[in-house]
Amino acid sequence: MPASDMTRAFILRPVALLGTLLLLTLASLLFSLASGSVAVSWQDLLAIFPGTTIDGGNDLAGRVVLELRWPRTVAAFITGALLALAGGLMQVLLRNPLADPYVLGVSGGAATGALLAMLAGLGSLWLQGAAFSGALISMLLVFGLSHGSGSWTTSRLLLTGIVIASGWGAIIGLLLAISPEQGLRGMLFWLMGDLSSSGFPSSGFPILVIGLVAAMAIGRTLNILTHGEQTAGALGVNVRPLRYFIYLLASLLTATAVTLAGSIGFVGLIVPHMLRLLGVRDHRLLLPAATLLGGSLLLVADTLARTLLAPRQLPVGILTALVGVPVFLLLLHHSRTLHGEAR
Amino acid sequence: MSLLATSSLGITIGTTTVCSGLELTINKGERWCVLGRNGTGKTTLLHTLAGLRPPAAGTIALNNRPLLHMSRKPVAQQIGLLFQDHADTFPASVLETVLTGRHPWLGPWQWEGCRDVAMARDALQAVGLHNMEDRMVNTLSGGERRRAGIACLLTQDPQLLLLDEPTNHLDIHYQIRMLDLLAKQVAHNSKALLLVMHDLNLAVRYCNRFLLLFGDGETIQGTVATALTQANLEQLYQHPLQAIPGPHGMVWLPQ
Repeated sequence: MPASDMTRAFILRPVALLGTLLLLTLASLLFSLASGSVAVSWQDLLAIFPGTTIDGGNDLAGRVVLELRWPRTVAAFITGALLALAGGLMQVLLRNPLADPYVLGVSGGAATGALLAMLAGLGSLWLQGAAFSGALISMLLVFGLSHGSGSWTTSRLLLTGIVIASGWGAIIGLLLAISPEQGLRGMLFWLMGDLSSSGFPSSGFPILVIGLVAAMAIGRTLNILTHGEQTAGALGVNVRPLRYFIYLLASLLTATAVTLAGSIGFVGLIVPHMLRLLGVRDHRLLLPAATLLGGSLLLVADTLARTLLAPRQLPVGILTALVGVPVFLLLLHHSRTLHGEAR
Repeated sequence: MSLLATSSLGITIGTTTVCSGLELTINKGERWCVLGRNGTGKTTLLHTLAGLRPPAAGTIALNNRPLLHMSRKPVAQQIGLLFQDHADTFPASVLETVLTGRHPWLGPWQWEGCRDVAMARDALQAVGLHNMEDRMVNTLSGGERRRAGIACLLTQDPQLLLLDEPTNHLDIHYQIRMLDLLAKQVAHNSKALLLVMHDLNLAVRYCNRFLLLFGDGETIQGTVATALTQANLEQLYQHPLQAIPGPHGMVWLPQ
């Protein structure tokens, strides 16, 4: 067997892909920091970060970048990364390519919590706490209810999750119907996903890192699980504890993302598929790649959301779809994977 | 020393009793065939022997260790199972699919190395899929997919190979080629084989031990001479059979 084949398949491709995505991440970070109503030149950006010695001329630019854009930029990237990672995990868990991080009701629980906090007129810290609690309650509810008579099958989990999610949907509708007019806009923005009120995500970053490391640790096992639970069992995978682990991990990542920015759609569903269409199938590569790509996609979308119709801000969920749909369709059109050729 | 031994094994599916009090001992070098009508629990028996399903009663010992108390990984190093069907929901290439057979042998952070890839390629060569390693499995024909499954089992390299209808979808050439390959594995590498088959004549040709499941908990086991009598087989299949002497033993024809 030629050694060069091996090198190409197992070393060069991952390095090239992750390198490209790192560059994309860097570019989207700079794009986000430089864009906005206050013009910041590339030179200013480079000057602000390494030294942070802000002289008179750069004072405004420096403050805008460090105090306003930097926290939001980081929040957008981390939210996108969390969602893409959670989506990739959820698709394997449910063995369903159509699964997204929200399919099992985590976001519905979070939204109910957040809307209740808004209705009560609580501050943003309370709102985040309420959203996270709602997500956790929903996660535990689905986890507990999907245990039937000892079995924890995929279809049972999916059905329980979907039913609970519709239940949350009804409660959300009720809360919207009874809330006063002036609060509705904020609620709708939260429901569509909105990063404008996100502070610096101090808890999001460690959760993302821990989640990614945990997901990488079971990466090869996830590959095995895509071939079916029985096959995985016969290949030495202890399927039930693994599925619990994936469920809890994906739910926790989703809960963190939803707490940061509301229910931003599309990223968690599409990003893993974009990579699959590019021929990335090994989850040890797909999950870190999805993390970078999801973060970059949401960051670009959020930058457009706050600049396109400035000073008006658009809900970022609209932009993720507007950016993602054409890219995805292009990839789908050019994909050879569907015609039976790998790579 | 026996590879796998059951003691008073009882298996039930709903109200059906697959077996009760089954004492089955599989030794190295043996090629077993499980025969029975549809729905008598042949697949369930295979899954139970692989430790994927707890038995209703009795114990199973793998190399004299209780199977159900072992963790899954060492079990998968010694028992491999070819399922009746393959569930391919996500895209995967033929080589990637066959490489999954190395999973039980790798540590949690370990990647497949040159040796694992070489084993997978040897297995693909052996099943005649060597020029298809980059094809996606979901584009393979039924027979090709079946051979990829057998290649995966060879790559897993277990001591005991359990195969659920391995000749499904295979043409005559590949039926013989795959069963020859499996028989060679048993002979050269001191492994053991347990097949579920519906083709009596292939079973007679390739197996030297037989287990008949009657669907009411009754079982008969033995060699061609002791187990595969006309009376046993006609009772098993509830169908009259005619035996004609052939090159590999009796050829059984349904009347």
